Amino acid sequence: MEKMVNVYLFGKKYSVPAGLTIMTAMEYAGYELVRGCGCRNGFCGACATIYRIKGQQQLNACLACQTEVQEGMYVATLPFFPLVKQVYNIEEIKPTEQVMMQLYPEIYACIGCNACTKACTQELNVMQYIAYAQRGEYEKCAEESFDCVMCGVCSSRCPAGISHPQVAMLARRLNGKYLAPGCGHLADRVKEINDGTFEELIENLMQKPLDEIKELYNNREIEK
Amino acid sequence: MYKIDKLNELAEIVAAKRAENAELEPRRMTAEEKDTLLAAFHPDYKQDEFTVLSAGVNKGGKVPSQLAELLQGKSRIKAEDVDLSAPDYDTDVLIIGGGGAGASAAIEADEAGVKAMIVTKLRIGDANTMMAEGGIQAADKPNDSPAIHYIDAFGGGHFAAKPELVKNLVTKAPSAIQWLNNLGVEFDKEPDGTMVTTHGGGTSRKRMHAAKDYSGAEIMRTLRDEVLNRGIPVIDFTAAVEIILDENGKAAGAVLMNMETKELLVARAKTVIIATGGAGRLHYQGFPTSNHYGATADGLILGYRVGAGLLYADTLQYHPTGTGYPEQIFGALVTEKVRSLGAKLVNIDGEVFMHPLETRDVTAASIIRECTERGKGVETALGKAVWLDTPMIEYKHGEGTIEKRIPAMMRMFGKYGIDIRKEPILVYPTLHYQNGGLNISADCSTDVENLYAAGEVAGGIHGRNRLMGNSLLDVIVFGRDAGKNAAAKAKETAVPEKLTLEHIEKFSKELEESGVASETVSPMLLPHYARKSK
Repeated sequence: MEKMVNVYLFGKKYSVPAGLTIMTAMEYAGYELVRGCGCRNGFCGACATIYRIKGQQQLNACLACQTEVQEGMYVATLPFFPLVKQVYNIEEIKPTEQVMMQLYPEIYACIGCNACTKACTQELNVMQYIAYAQRGEYEKCAEESFDCVMCGVCSSRCPAGISHPQVAMLARRLNGKYLAPGCGHLADRVKEINDGTFEELIENLMQKPLDEIKELYNNREIEK
Repeated sequence: MYKIDKLNELAEIVAAKRAENAELEPRRMTAEEKDTLLAAFHPDYKQDEFTVLSAGVNKGGKVPSQLAELLQGKSRIKAEDVDLSAPDYDTDVLIIGGGGAGASAAIEADEAGVKAMIVTKLRIGDANTMMAEGGIQAADKPNDSPAIHYIDAFGGGHFAAKPELVKNLVTKAPSAIQWLNNLGVEFDKEPDGTMVTTHGGGTSRKRMHAAKDYSGAEIMRTLRDEVLNRGIPVIDFTAAVEIILDENGKAAGAVLMNMETKELLVARAKTVIIATGGAGRLHYQGFPTSNHYGATADGLILGYRVGAGLLYADTLQYHPTGTGYPEQIFGALVTEKVRSLGAKLVNIDGEVFMHPLETRDVTAASIIRECTERGKGVETALGKAVWLDTPMIEYKHGEGTIEKRIPAMMRMFGKYGIDIRKEPILVYPTLHYQNGGLNISADCSTDVENLYAAGEVAGGIHGRNRLMGNSLLDVIVFGRDAGKNAAAKAKETAVPEKLTLEHIEKFSKELEESGVASETVSPMLLPHYARKSK
């Protein structure tokens, strides 16, 4: 006999096999998911979920697809959270301290409660990356926030109304476009291609009889 | 630590041989060895898993049986269910699908100055692009060239790809990387700006660009942010259920369905791009999948019903390293980058049984052989698997490499008590990619005028097997091209006057006459995972 555990989906009790994730437990219970289900592999942030274990004080947050059910788990999914995303033109903004002040001034109202960090489903140091954003240290903000899946749980817990994932998104784009070093060999290659450097070589490959191209492929030198 | 003692014991055997195995440079297979291996062990060669189509453009061709049932299935609607005379949406370019290809197409169409609109059955970014871990290929290093990339891709796909598509893929790769970088995508770089690149299976140069092991996520979230910044309308939780044609048989829009209320809506457009992605959730041959929840082959059905042909729809990619254990993440992707960084594939006796960077089809077949004919797999509650010796990465490159280069993998297994820095992991092939799809020309057009396709739904770019890193590349290159070309075509196209859904009845009649009409309703839209009541 399979070991079963009791979980409470939106307060209603279901008995499900131990070892299921919250997501597969919902499906076991009979839910046909439309919202709150995405990549099912921990990358998309669609299945943000909050839960509390019966008898415990602490409120926990997780991704439903990456979390095993436990006995006495009270579960509420958070399939959508109204984050604020400001619109900007990436070509026109610059990586200055002012840009955060203009687009996301609420980050300066952070009271340092650290609820965002405690809630993060990816175990990121969210409050720290907001601090970096406040100081215009976008490279650090980008690095600290890199694994963010934008599930929005942090923002749901924030008394200052900060949309942390969107702040981090802006910081990463600023860093990727303006602050990270440019790539010389990439620019060179794009120019060579635009100049038609490889055109004849490739046209030639395209015309080759099957035997010849097989020969080329099977005997090609492979970089160590 | 594994929760099962036996697995910890077996992992010890791998650990004991690690130093010795790390030194090995396993021989690569010859072309003949590969052919024999594939014919005997690759799932694409299991004839009884395929069905010959009895209707439509590809009548007489074979496709996986689950796909045949949908292609020859029933429409979700009848023509009279919708009022085509009063469209709910009017746009120049209608993009179906909100993944990497759809978002790239939308940005380029917008850039070209036409009205673009995205419809997606889930949210923008809910796509396989988001889950691509390992990286994106581009021949931009001095020791590399688009011509070498061409040979790798064409040969890796068994010389079956359309040469003009491979040419586009490889020659537009560096500019695709540059475009992404200019949008703010954070590629892994050296302090001087040199791209950090590695090998993928079947590459002859190190041209895999990455953003840790969140490569696709980093690209997708940036594209999404850009779509939103540009104010391009995104109609989410709305699926396309039929393509609409005009009186001349050209694509002219789509019937949409709200996924929650089931309300039907009509979108009229001058050109339509299908960018709906793959089909992993059809679980061909009972395989688990690394794919997104929405990967149900919808675009193939939509296109096929209005007369767009398929190419290589009978070839699928089984990623060699799906998670074999634990059950909660069974079938989830273990990025090829793990092997690019030096981890080797090892059997139950601790033997390295192959070169870890053969192409994916060959590697998958080799793992299946190890677990079946050779009986050298590790038994788990879920079936057989082989070891992927992840601690070998840090043995070779030093402590900290795993956290820095593949943090998502470390996190995924860490949640189940397995520290991939210290313990090897168990892997087995998982359904990963649709190599074929809607047949496209060099300009991304399908057999139906004004109907384009880009991304995983399109066929012909990768032939019969795709290399790692050529899919993220394909969604960007062909997504952008489809957006540009569909926009240019829209500029010279008048607003379609008469919209029709006559194809539904016509195709249904053809099915009836062929005697294979199934009661299955398609497109599928979402897999059916809810347990039916007892």
